[in-house]
Amino acid sequence: MESLGVLLPIPMNAYLESELDRRYKVFRLWESPPERRQDFIRANAAAIRAVVGNSKAGADADTIDALPRLEIVACFSVGLDKVDLAKCRERGIRVTNTPDVLTDDVADLAIGLAIAVLRRLCQADRFVRSGAWLSKGGYKLTTRFSGKTIGIIGLGRIGLAVAKRAEAFGCPISYYSRSEKPNTNYKYYSNLIDLAANCHVLVVACPLTEETYHIVNREVLDALGPKGVLVNIGRGPHVDEPELVAALREGRLGGAGLDVFEQEPDVPEELFGMENVVLVPHVGSGTNETRNAMADLVIGNLEAHVMNKPLLTPVV
Amino acid sequence: MFGLPRSHLMASGSESQGRRGTERPQVLLLRRPLSVLHEALSARFQLLRPWESPVPFDRFLAAHAAGVRALLVTGLTPVDGPLLDALPALRFIVTTSSGVNHIDLAECARRGIAVANAGTIFSLDVAEYAVGLLIDVLRRVSASDRYVRRGLWPRAGDYPLGSKLGSKRVGIVGLGSIGSEIAKRLEAFGCSISYFSRSRKPQVPYTYFPSVGDLAAESNVLVLSCALTKETYHIINRDVMSALGKDGIIINVGRGALVDEAELVKHLMQGEIGGAGLDVFEHEPAVPEELFCMDNVVLSAHFAVHTLEMSSELCQLMIANLNAFFSDRPLLTPVLVRT
Repeated sequence: MESLGVLLPIPMNAYLESELDRRYKVFRLWESPPERRQDFIRANAAAIRAVVGNSKAGADADTIDALPRLEIVACFSVGLDKVDLAKCRERGIRVTNTPDVLTDDVADLAIGLAIAVLRRLCQADRFVRSGAWLSKGGYKLTTRFSGKTIGIIGLGRIGLAVAKRAEAFGCPISYYSRSEKPNTNYKYYSNLIDLAANCHVLVVACPLTEETYHIVNREVLDALGPKGVLVNIGRGPHVDEPELVAALREGRLGGAGLDVFEQEPDVPEELFGMENVVLVPHVGSGTNETRNAMADLVIGNLEAHVMNKPLLTPVV
Repeated sequence: MFGLPRSHLMASGSESQGRRGTERPQVLLLRRPLSVLHEALSARFQLLRPWESPVPFDRFLAAHAAGVRALLVTGLTPVDGPLLDALPALRFIVTTSSGVNHIDLAECARRGIAVANAGTIFSLDVAEYAVGLLIDVLRRVSASDRYVRRGLWPRAGDYPLGSKLGSKRVGIVGLGSIGSEIAKRLEAFGCSISYFSRSRKPQVPYTYFPSVGDLAAESNVLVLSCALTKETYHIINRDVMSALGKDGIIINVGRGALVDEAELVKHLMQGEIGGAGLDVFEHEPAVPEELFCMDNVVLSAHFAVHTLEMSSELCQLMIANLNAFFSDRPLLTPVLVRT
């Protein structure tokens, strides 16, 4: 039986790559210079039946059109914003992602970012490393996290995991979602501005779609306010980034903990001088344990597909 | 020095003060406190402020503090025999800390001086700080924030992977108010909790270990939230660090001297321990410079208690204890000296 040809657009994870190499024929798109990549795909289209995507690169309409034998897109992420799902449905292409295995890490980071911003952890670390403690010796009062109201955008797996952790700190939980969820005691807001106006820390935990693009806009940031903190563990485009920078610059927003940005790996340099922000380079699922589990799930889905068995975590 | 009686803002009409009832009672401070506390105290008490005097400290006390009955200690300023000798009328000390290792409790007991501390008001702030430090160490929050701010993400690529918090075995050294709040929080992250304490606590659901070494051997993370005493000095020593192992993490929100700091630095430099989150050090504000280039270490300047919320709660508690003393009522947060 023909070995599955797998297109890998960018390097993602050494373990994942070695597991793919062991089983399949892997076509590494980034090994061609950018101007030759269309040719590379064309030349190998007959062999490529699978694409492995992630948060940075997946299968857009053009890529799908260029791969007439494409059968499955297996994402090394839970987010599917880089995959043209409608086109996949149209063509009967299966799509899988990596839910559940990364839920804990992403939720852990959300809380870690909230505490780091409110309690100025990174600032304290900088203070000590600079030797300032010896000369300046001062302390600034920071803001307690425990007991603060947390507003969650999107109460899916990750949103619920964030809520569970925040509850252990005595934080009341509210949320905004397309519809109210049964079986929770959390306070539902059908309007995001109202949620932002009534919470202290606003956490973005919903999928990125056309509807949620720039869902955190100037109005939402103003409603969150000069003491409010935005935590983004979703996707950069959830937030109108220039508006976010302006709100922070002008003191209309209290602070931000950001794992994602609109144009990764580029981060607005104006943020680099701010002590009320924490900036991390898209590390939400970035632990050895979780990336290995995600890789196993990608392989598991591809294997199931090859063997004509039910996919492990299908989306389409 | 005695001043004119001011307003009705006074704390006590106790005869034993030896003053007219409407005068505010005297409280000695040793250092300038946080301004919020300073203002709240000035409104209610007559404060003796030696740092404002050009006269040397000893002479100030001799001249002004002979009759002072109450002392408020801030900033962990040591209170020892010689200081107590200079304050013959002292009957009450209250400290803005929970820890009392800077106060010679035995000497106080000998002289009939009651001591009060900040009780458990810091528990929430310290507990969340410990959790924040642990997430920071495991997930490299501060280190990767530095990476981004240096512009390395576009130039040097993705940041190396961290370590998952869930399923870590956390050993808490000292399961008092702070330790219990830490345990409650970390359970929600999927950690399993064990502890070492002076005595087993039958009502808690966590596994007890009779020694810190045993606890370390069965843990991936040690969180230090116990008091510093003769018994707990350097309780985290080389043997405990070896038992914890190469991937082990130490989080210290107690006192620097709970840890053999020189050993810890050596272990970190040699890769014999996984990382550390340290809010306290043996010789604050001095911090071993070898730590400054390490990405598996998060450093803080004894900030775990310093929140706006805490400062207003602390003011209320300090004033309430002073008021209780001056009106012969029971102290709110007395320190009971163990005999």
